Amino acid sequence: MSPSSAATVTRIATDSGPGSAPKNVLHLDEHTLEIVSDSGEGAQKCGQIFASVSAKMNYGVWTVEIIPAEIEPPARTAAGASGNLIRFGRDKVTNWGDETNLVVAFNEQVLLARHRLDALSDDCIILIESKWAEDPDAEIRQEWQDAMEEISDRNYRVIPVPMEEQCLTRVDNPRKGKNMFALGLLAQIYGYDVEKISEQIRAQFAKKPPEVSKANVDLLELGVHWAQENLDLRIEVPRIETDEKRVVMNGNQAAALGAIASGMEFCAMYPITPATSVSQYLCDVFERYGGTMHQAEDEIAAAGAAIGASYAGKVALTVTSGPGLALKTEFIALAVMTEIPLVVLDVQRGGPSTGLPTKVEQSDLLAALFSQPGDAPRVVMAPATIEECFHSMVTARRIAKSFRCVVIVLTDANLASGQQQFQRPVLDERWHAAPANHRAVTSGERPYDWDPDTGLSRRIVPGQPGGMHTVTGLNHDHDSNVDYTPEINQLGCAMRSRKLAVLQQTMSPPPIHGDESGELLVVGWGSTKGAIEEAVDRVRAEGHAVSSTHLTFLSPMQPGLGEIFSRFEHVMTVELNYSDDPAAPYITPENRRLGQLAFLLRAQTLVDVDCWTRVPGQPLRPGHIADALRRKLSAASETEVRVNE
Amino acid sequence: MSEQLRSFFGCGLDDDRTFDLNDYGDSIPRWCVGCGDHGVLSAVKRMMRDQRLLPERTVFVSGIGCSSRFPHYLDTYGFHGIHGRALPIATGVKLSRPDLDVFVVTGDGDCCSIGAGHWLHATRYNIDMTVLLLDNAIYGLTKNQTSPTTPEGFETNTQPHGTYLPALNPLSTALGVTNASFVAQTADWVPAHLLATLKAAYEHVGFSFVRILQRCPKFSAPVFSEQARTPDLHELLFHSDGITVPSLDKIYKHRLEHDPSDLDRARSLAEDTERTRLGIFFKDATRPCYNAIRHLPTYTAAQNIERLNRELDRYAV
Repeated sequence: MSPSSAATVTRIATDSGPGSAPKNVLHLDEHTLEIVSDSGEGAQKCGQIFASVSAKMNYGVWTVEIIPAEIEPPARTAAGASGNLIRFGRDKVTNWGDETNLVVAFNEQVLLARHRLDALSDDCIILIESKWAEDPDAEIRQEWQDAMEEISDRNYRVIPVPMEEQCLTRVDNPRKGKNMFALGLLAQIYGYDVEKISEQIRAQFAKKPPEVSKANVDLLELGVHWAQENLDLRIEVPRIETDEKRVVMNGNQAAALGAIASGMEFCAMYPITPATSVSQYLCDVFERYGGTMHQAEDEIAAAGAAIGASYAGKVALTVTSGPGLALKTEFIALAVMTEIPLVVLDVQRGGPSTGLPTKVEQSDLLAALFSQPGDAPRVVMAPATIEECFHSMVTARRIAKSFRCVVIVLTDANLASGQQQFQRPVLDERWHAAPANHRAVTSGERPYDWDPDTGLSRRIVPGQPGGMHTVTGLNHDHDSNVDYTPEINQLGCAMRSRKLAVLQQTMSPPPIHGDESGELLVVGWGSTKGAIEEAVDRVRAEGHAVSSTHLTFLSPMQPGLGEIFSRFEHVMTVELNYSDDPAAPYITPENRRLGQLAFLLRAQTLVDVDCWTRVPGQPLRPGHIADALRRKLSAASETEVRVNE
Repeated sequence: MSEQLRSFFGCGLDDDRTFDLNDYGDSIPRWCVGCGDHGVLSAVKRMMRDQRLLPERTVFVSGIGCSSRFPHYLDTYGFHGIHGRALPIATGVKLSRPDLDVFVVTGDGDCCSIGAGHWLHATRYNIDMTVLLLDNAIYGLTKNQTSPTTPEGFETNTQPHGTYLPALNPLSTALGVTNASFVAQTADWVPAHLLATLKAAYEHVGFSFVRILQRCPKFSAPVFSEQARTPDLHELLFHSDGITVPSLDKIYKHRLEHDPSDLDRARSLAEDTERTRLGIFFKDATRPCYNAIRHLPTYTAAQNIERLNRELDRYAV
């Protein structure tokens, strides 16, 4: 089947004369689009600029990066699809939704990758580089035809666009500019202000010579012009003006800025995907705030240097992802044992082992809580939004310092690269630690002056006259003297543990999304919040008594969970990690391995918490969650019927 | 610490306190009788007294092993860490607090085996600290296992038919690392030389690596016993820019003039283990120090908030 004969291919509209207003205007409350290319063709940059401009126009925005696992995957392959998904709309957007409504694809193979993942809506509009259809290489022409055949079972509207041909009228190398032409197409389709986009382009290329910005803006305008002339397609999404001061950024930027805002002065790291961009950002800017970024020789040394800096009076940060967290375990236990404040940011990826390095998962929860031998209580928290990525770093530093403890902050690859706007933080000096005061230690003051009720104590740091002592990973008494006696070991463990209970008593129960009681409560943590709440809203709209709650703290857990759970007939978690399918062979209620939060909640509350979890290497879809909730509700009512019979 | 830094932080030089040995600790170490660590501890205290180190501004970091108990027997600040990882901790301490005098005490298992990766990189960072490798050629705390520096053929609990491989040479290893700036060797049984070496190591600005040959009477006594009794098995390296201990000249007949700026010769002297050479093999104070390169001014919270607000402007909607 040739493209011209495919039922799904729309001929480029030529009847609506140059520059005339499109007849075909869609009015929608939200739209989801993506730009996909071979790696290195700039689709990600195009998407990032579109998302930033959307946010600056006051649209609600959520983005998801489409990232290949390799730096330079072979061209024109499904595995090499690279780009950006942007869901934007009139209201706040909290997740990536169910499917994509419009795609700009630089070749048919990357389009196929998205098609095969079932990522596209049945009526998806596809703008695709047309050159491959007439490529001199017969094999490529065949691949194009095969691809068109494969997608023909859907009602996609395929619009071939001569991207390269157009770009060649302005530049020699279309690989370096097609993305800006594509941005121009989108600007015209969605009626964006071209000057706003040009500004954003100039900001993106601010460090390069002005010719670079100019060439990119030229290509943007070329795209706009081409779409005006040739596309009878216009999508209008209304927006609400607001006076609220807002910022737009991704989660790794938010975490890095949060670390600076918190007054942290030292960060040690080792490169690891998908955490590296936090470190790279800090490497670029941290020194301006007097902060030291140390790229250590390995993950272990990064933890050690952070602990050393913290021991010497700072509160230090180390940034990593799952495999790095595993390597840091012994040092984290040392920080727990010596009560040296430490913040560990774990940008979670798919595991186990090297797993899915560029893709999202929530599989480090139990490792974050329990990966040390011996009892090593620490605080674990999980921001759910980009905004929380910022503020959780501030909270983490304060807790680490006040409680002399380790705080592990779990974000993930979805938050790391997803962009969202949020209320601009109002920075506060009180977030910072007081400047170092090397006052003399008064007699009787001890390095582990545990308050017998709370376990809290003030730390003494090097430089303080009269406070000299040796901290040790061995069991120790109030004076930090090595002590193996049963009483002191019991006391030390109790004191380190008690601090978590004290922290828990300062917290409020988590808020409930939906009614305070009902048939089913969904519990989540981390980046799945938006998708879970959207799913809950849909199922509630169908008349079901479903609510959800989202936990920011996983250790210690927020109070009141048992009481909240008692108000619902059923409780289940929705998580982005592995659990056994109860219907799978050999799986029984006795041997079924559960989602990580479900496992914890059952232990904590003695409630028969069920779970629905998946490990797709991509964020959960609200539609899939809603289906799982419906299945849970109908299974529950069937059980009740059986009981009643 | 350099004089410049001392005056910058207002400590040390303009502090006219003097100390006696007990000010640096008077507890009784729990090392075995005859253990070389006792002598090293005494020499370290004497060096600190002579150099008037302020106990509250001195930090001893160690890993795990017999020698790593060292900080517990000193009245300075101490950090008894985890096995092999003293150097990363010390790196963090010195980077964030350049006003502190930082020492690392490590052993042949701690430094040359489990912590070898850190050792190599710490040498290259050339952070201003003094590192004492207490090398007794055996794992002592875990009771008699082969370490990387155990001589070939020596019988241990893990290699009972004799240690399989030739011993790792810590001096050659350290001298092979790019940006190494101070490598010396001394022995617990030559106290005057030990003290002079510690002093030179402390005064050197950079990563001062001192291998201290150290007897373990329990598990590796034969490795050093003959040597410790026989001055003729030694060769003292001397130079106007190295270590000169005139009181030893009568006993230690073999002496060799060696200019510590000569790296090639340092490497060949380190490779040749026919004689136990004591002295400074290599010293170069011009090598870049990571802590000096990375030294930053401090800002007030208000200054940082103002800057961060400008950064947030970049993200403003």
